[in-house]
Amino acid sequence: MGKRLCEDLQLVPSFPLERGLDFPLECGLDFPWSAALTNDRLDQLRGAAKAKRHNARTIAALTGNPGCSRRAVLDAAGVDKLGLADRLGFPGSFGQSRFALSRGNAFEAMLKADDCALLRSVLGADDAVGYQDLNADSLGDRHARTVRVLTDAQAALIDHPLLTLDVAGQTVYLEPDLVAYAHHGRLQVVEIKSFAIVDDQAESAKVSAAAVQAAVYVLALRELLERLGQDPALVSHEVVLVCPENFSLNPKAVVLDVRKQLSTLRRQLSRLSSVTALIEALPEGVSFDLALDPEQLITALRHIEPRYAPECLSACELSVYCRHEATGGTAALGRTVREALGGIETVTEVLDLAAGRREPSEEQTEAAALLRAALRLRTEALAATS
Amino acid sequence: MSTLTALARAQAVAAGRAQPIATVRHLHVHDHPLVLIPIAMAGEANAPLAAMIGTEPASPRLLVVRQPRNRDDRFAFFADLAEELLPYLESFATETEEVPVDRGKDVRLRYLDAPQIWLPNPAGVDFLRLLGRSTRFRTVDGEHPVPAGVPLLGRWLTYLAGSAEVPGSSLLLTAVQALTLHWATGQSSAEDAQLGALLAWIESGAAAAREAENGPVAGPATDPDFDNRVLAPLIERSAPELPEVLRELLLPTWDRMWRTLNLLRRLPAGERVRLRWDSDRDAYTAFAEYVAEGGAPQPRRDGAVAAAARLQRLESAAARYAVQRAFDDPLVLAEYRLSGAAFAGVVTLANPNRVDDRGKRPVLRPRIMVHTTEPVRMEPGTSLTSPARTAQKARVVSVAPAGDGFDVLLELSGGMGRKLVAEPGSVPEVGERLVLTTLSEAYRPGGSLPDPSDTPWTHGGPPEPATDPSDATDLSAAAD
Repeated sequence: MGKRLCEDLQLVPSFPLERGLDFPLECGLDFPWSAALTNDRLDQLRGAAKAKRHNARTIAALTGNPGCSRRAVLDAAGVDKLGLADRLGFPGSFGQSRFALSRGNAFEAMLKADDCALLRSVLGADDAVGYQDLNADSLGDRHARTVRVLTDAQAALIDHPLLTLDVAGQTVYLEPDLVAYAHHGRLQVVEIKSFAIVDDQAESAKVSAAAVQAAVYVLALRELLERLGQDPALVSHEVVLVCPENFSLNPKAVVLDVRKQLSTLRRQLSRLSSVTALIEALPEGVSFDLALDPEQLITALRHIEPRYAPECLSACELSVYCRHEATGGTAALGRTVREALGGIETVTEVLDLAAGRREPSEEQTEAAALLRAALRLRTEALAATS
Repeated sequence: MSTLTALARAQAVAAGRAQPIATVRHLHVHDHPLVLIPIAMAGEANAPLAAMIGTEPASPRLLVVRQPRNRDDRFAFFADLAEELLPYLESFATETEEVPVDRGKDVRLRYLDAPQIWLPNPAGVDFLRLLGRSTRFRTVDGEHPVPAGVPLLGRWLTYLAGSAEVPGSSLLLTAVQALTLHWATGQSSAEDAQLGALLAWIESGAAAAREAENGPVAGPATDPDFDNRVLAPLIERSAPELPEVLRELLLPTWDRMWRTLNLLRRLPAGERVRLRWDSDRDAYTAFAEYVAEGGAPQPRRDGAVAAAARLQRLESAAARYAVQRAFDDPLVLAEYRLSGAAFAGVVTLANPNRVDDRGKRPVLRPRIMVHTTEPVRMEPGTSLTSPARTAQKARVVSVAPAGDGFDVLLELSGGMGRKLVAEPGSVPEVGERLVLTTLSEAYRPGGSLPDPSDTPWTHGGPPEPATDPSDATDLSAAAD
């Protein structure tokens, strides 16, 4: 299974996306859909293609833009968004550098070499703590073994565990880097990342992405314990982030409190539950089968409301198409711009209200007055100097 | 984002071209700037892959690390970079001028000019800061010696990256920030971070900007696709054509950097830009002297007192920069008018020779009445300034609704000469149009801080000397 460490969140120049995990689905696993949602309907939405699955990253991305029904539905149906964007003629560039991958793998291999010697030392876990690698062939086996190991409460480092989380009525399989059984009988999630911590500081965007991701695992672990009839509070809200220190590969472990991320996540996930309703409301015959013509796909996409924001460009494969669609709207300029323009929907409306060519509606009155004043001031200042 | 700038973005969408958001240039553009485009190796902790550097548009020098994971190659790159950068940085430490200090009782020396370095984007500044961090503690002797010039390069890069944080400083500038300070595009600020697209919005328009998005990168991060398809095979077989490929990758950005400079040069400089460049020259003089005297590398983290002092400097620089930009540029001042921190009006009454003789000595306190149609949100007693007469204070005496707006009665003090009769032109005349604002250029003294050796225990006690023992092994471990 490919490791996915060391993502590059840089916006320039292309918009790389953290790569998701491709689970070997050909092993014929059953995904326990919620009763309301039939596999048939989802299969129909997706077409003949293999389903893309949620993972901790895509769940984290969902919480970044929870209002986007389009993404929620497409992800629920496991539609290949990258392929879809390509088919529509708006390909995104979502690769990950080989160099980044190999460094991430090297770092993790180094940590786990010799029965996790280095990892133990950085985590402060002694040799008596057991190590269990659950990297088995099939998903089902791994999940079953994860459950078994977790119920059998012993201090241990559990590698490649497989957790599940209920997202919008569907079960998502998650693979944390490591779960450590701390000595006090509490479970702790360990995230291994290959971005550097230099002088106790790291890039905040990368740290917060890691924190959200770890929070997804904490949530999944807690749900699992609950299902097993155990106390979910056994899973610590403090996660351990292991990164290379300074300009070396020497590991450094820091503890992150993810309580805030957890509550955000819970709130966003509860709002997502409406995706079943969204899918049921779609007209019969709507499909995102990549074999369809681009025009048919565009018509299908129009049935689900997007919520494009510039942040999507670094998080969603379909964003370039959505941006094209959002052209002329103030949302495409970013949330702060839209707010500064009084929340007016389109650029044309903004300019018409500013120039007094359009009568403002009642809730637009205040924004319109501000826009008129802004246009007057802008014109005056530019006229004085030209 | 102010509503004025947001409106300019909306206009840019409609026009398909970037729109000006400044009427003057708010930064110093050097006659002989140095342009530097660093490119990083993906996956490594701030390892350089290449850099294009030079002071002449026609003759850039390309520095390449042929094997980015090789420590010797990396330090040879640092040595080359030092060879290019240090002579430029030191070339301004020649002629000095005398600057009076302490009310003219003393003078200090200041170099007549200072260096100016241009990078494509803020990510490049972060990259240089970390390059500085990874080189400034090195030594040219001992267990892991590095080439001469490298530790000094580290000190300079650290200094320059620090100066880029000072609002209004023009020692280290980025093309993206310089352009977005003067133009608003019809895209989001996240998309503006890409120099190619940003410049295309200004030079050609929206369609060209979309084209430019898929063009070569401006660094320091490379395109993952480029890494996988082009770079990895070249590095794997140590291909001799690697420099040529990287040159091709960097040349479009190199060209854009100089076009950016030309665009900015066409704007007239704001009146107070010169003052800020004077401060930059002061700062450069101080650091060049520190380095010349063999100054120690900057600490990994500032001590408590140094950090507080730095924060104070940054805050006062930010305040000064905001006020100066508003006073230099009516379009920036308009933002304050929109938010109620300024208003424009016409003088309807003036009593230029009014003398207040209630105190011990009679003082000249002319009064004027200004009529404005803009909202006035100032309370009586507020002290206002007009950008046209910054030495003069106008105290609000009363605000009364009148006609379609307000009549504001103001009492003036300062900037009218020493006599009891105002110097000609120092008091606004009836009919003159004025902008009055709560912004003020007045000097605001900062709080006093203890000597670092007296740092109280609540703040960690006196800082320890700057050493970094862990560093010596850093790269040797990474090079394995």
